[in-house]
Amino acid sequence: MALAIALVVALISVVSVALFWARIWWFPPDISTHGPAIDHQFMLTLVITGIIFVLAQLSLAYLVWRNRDRGDGRRASYSHGNNALEATWTIAAALVFIGLNLMGYHIWAGIHFVGAAPGAMQVEVWGQQFAWDFRYPGPDGKFGSSHVEKVDDATANYLGLDRDHDADSKDDIVTSTLAIPVNREVQIFLRSKDVTHSFFVRELRIRQDLVPGMIIPIHFTATQTGRYEIACAELCGLGHYRMRAFLQVMTEEDYEKWLANMAAQQ
Amino acid sequence: MAGVHAEAVHRHEAPKGFIRRYIFSLDHKVIGIQYYFLALFSVFVGLLLSILIRIHLVWPQAKIPLLELLSRTGAPGGVITPEYYLSLLTMHGTIMVFFVLTTAPQSGFGNYFLPIQIGAEDMAFPRLNMLSFWVTFAGLVVLMAAFFIPDGPPISGWTAYPPLSAVGGASGPGEAVGQNLWIISIAIFCVASMLGALNFIATTLDLRAHGLSLMRMPLTCWAWFITAILALLSFAVLLAAGALLLLDRVGGTSFFVPGGLIVSDKIIKHSGGSPLLWQHLFWFFGHPEVYIAILPGMGVTSHILSTFSRKPIFGYKAMVVAMGAIGVLGFVVWGHHMFISGMSPYSAFAFSVLTMAIAVPSAIKTFNWLGTILGAKLRFPTPMLFALGFVSLFVTGGLSGIFLGQPPIDIYFHDTYFVLAHFHMIMGVAAIFGIFAGTYFWFPKMFGRMLNETMGKIHFWVTFVGVYAIFMPMHFLGLEGHPRRYSELSGFEFLKPLLGVHDFISHAAFITGAIQLVFLFNLFWSMFKGMKAAENPWEATTLEWTVPSPPPHDNFAGRHPVIYRGAYEFSVPGAEKDYVMQDSPEKVEAGH
Repeated sequence: MALAIALVVALISVVSVALFWARIWWFPPDISTHGPAIDHQFMLTLVITGIIFVLAQLSLAYLVWRNRDRGDGRRASYSHGNNALEATWTIAAALVFIGLNLMGYHIWAGIHFVGAAPGAMQVEVWGQQFAWDFRYPGPDGKFGSSHVEKVDDATANYLGLDRDHDADSKDDIVTSTLAIPVNREVQIFLRSKDVTHSFFVRELRIRQDLVPGMIIPIHFTATQTGRYEIACAELCGLGHYRMRAFLQVMTEEDYEKWLANMAAQQ
Repeated sequence: MAGVHAEAVHRHEAPKGFIRRYIFSLDHKVIGIQYYFLALFSVFVGLLLSILIRIHLVWPQAKIPLLELLSRTGAPGGVITPEYYLSLLTMHGTIMVFFVLTTAPQSGFGNYFLPIQIGAEDMAFPRLNMLSFWVTFAGLVVLMAAFFIPDGPPISGWTAYPPLSAVGGASGPGEAVGQNLWIISIAIFCVASMLGALNFIATTLDLRAHGLSLMRMPLTCWAWFITAILALLSFAVLLAAGALLLLDRVGGTSFFVPGGLIVSDKIIKHSGGSPLLWQHLFWFFGHPEVYIAILPGMGVTSHILSTFSRKPIFGYKAMVVAMGAIGVLGFVVWGHHMFISGMSPYSAFAFSVLTMAIAVPSAIKTFNWLGTILGAKLRFPTPMLFALGFVSLFVTGGLSGIFLGQPPIDIYFHDTYFVLAHFHMIMGVAAIFGIFAGTYFWFPKMFGRMLNETMGKIHFWVTFVGVYAIFMPMHFLGLEGHPRRYSELSGFEFLKPLLGVHDFISHAAFITGAIQLVFLFNLFWSMFKGMKAAENPWEATTLEWTVPSPPPHDNFAGRHPVIYRGAYEFSVPGAEKDYVMQDSPEKVEAGH
């Protein structure tokens, strides 16, 4: 029985590590400026926890096999513990876990404690059950007010804009795709019309909840052109699994063309 | 307080009649078994729900027989709709967390064995104890009722975040009556839980036998004691939160709902509330709750490892301090569920450092379990297998927490299958293994018969390998960014290649689920046909092994045990046998 336990635990450990090592299932390549630091912190954590995982499981396996009752009349050792060991591994664990956390602190600070640079492009991201809308402020650089009583899906006025009376909203451009230029800092403002949603783009290493009643800004810079899926990542109702939009990262030229096109369609 | 034996005040005579003996019983042993069977029923409902979930993810168009009878709107033709999937997962989480993991380890085993292990005749407040059980039962009835109403159970998850859970039927099916039933059920459960916690705390402090100082208590008693303190404090907050949510829904208040919302074309009249307030209140409860779920399992694991190692627990004092530290720290880490929520990112730093800190006492406990096995003389009956399994699973489940506790990494993993992997490993598996370990260990004492060893070993092996097969792959789904609570994979390109992983997980789940029937059969068959159990079949040292199997009504037949030593005196040099009972006056070396 001891041998079976030892072998199975060891096997599970080896197979698990192998599957992580092989990267059969892994992050998609990163396309953001802040992403590499996140990926690096992840790898550091993976290596450290991986080593602890293997050591702990193999120790368990070995100790189970080594200390099985062999029917030889040997008594177990009468020990209540070892204070020196206790102190050692307590301090070691504290240093490793808390140290690891402190090492990654600057990444979070860089994303959340520092605001967007003054010239960053601004876009609003709106979530509702079960679609995304994006609003560009237009040439005046201002987002018009949103009036909930003016929301009308039939006339595609998803954000309740009063273009006739509100000057700021006249030139607002509302789209169903989030297009941005590559290598340019973008600041998005997350807003929800109904329940809590969450904006998640895997390749950008970005995730932020959209909380009703709040306007939450986050900023990033995309480093590669392409089309990427935006997924809702906070349970929002029956259509949560299909609340999708696309992030299109374009060259500056293509972006300007696209924006002009969208403006014409308003 | 220590050693004062409050007897006549709470003594109750042996009951007569079926109702008094088995239904409305004041006897902590009967109440413990009642809680255990409530949890047993709940776990099979929860398991069935998880099987439906696993079927739907891989075969969304599957026609499931009989399901249409349960819900014509939720499963027309037996095909689970996306919204009914959400109802299933909401009820799965709610039932498992509250009616299984908060019930069996603490209210089940704790009720049965705390009084006996401390040498008492019963809990401090037997009537309150009986009330606690029946109130819990009422809570379960109210929750299960949600399956049978036309609109079905709520779809907001066991976490019930507003505004989804606060604005009524407009936000989705099940969000009208279903959500109300959910809130009422949980509120009832909170009351029962707090009443039970009061009993555990009073019992532990006041009814210990002469000579049983706190530092001589079995670690199971420490675990139940600390868990009870956590329960008393945290369930109070959940009760308050539930009351506020119910008021928002039916009382016209706006604690959690801001103004200006439009849900399904309906303008919502609430204004001034904060969805984040719910999250803070819920997780202030929710984090201690997960320690409530795991601490008794840790106590049982320590107890069983020591017993079958024939060796004292390594570092008893450190184990007590570690459980205490986990309890205290458990109250200041709730924000790690909310890094992405929109709360102040500065607070994320504080919560994160404290979360890493809680890994330290967890590590101490793991080292001490390994230290107990070192130099041991190991025996491997089924309870020991599950205790060893607990250690392996606790390591695995705990380590994934190291990723999630770091905000920059949590950006990617929050609300993905990586989180599912983490909490299932540590709650859905390790804590369950604690329940299994306790069952196989204490069944002989409770029912006077042994569980069948062969069936026990089959149960262990298939379950142990099975749970790794189910939950290890979920880490990989998390790496791919697979979101939680998605009814289907059809909505996103990046999810389609992952169907194969889901297929593997589902098959592993079917096999692992099926083998639990062996356990169920073993349980009931052995109650009547199992080999008769001796008073101390495991050669263990604590007081429950000094009384008959099952114990008489007042546990010690009028005796008042006197304690001479700690709970883990195995292989003491110079002792007659390789174990010395706690109440044995035998003079040997040390034995504090």
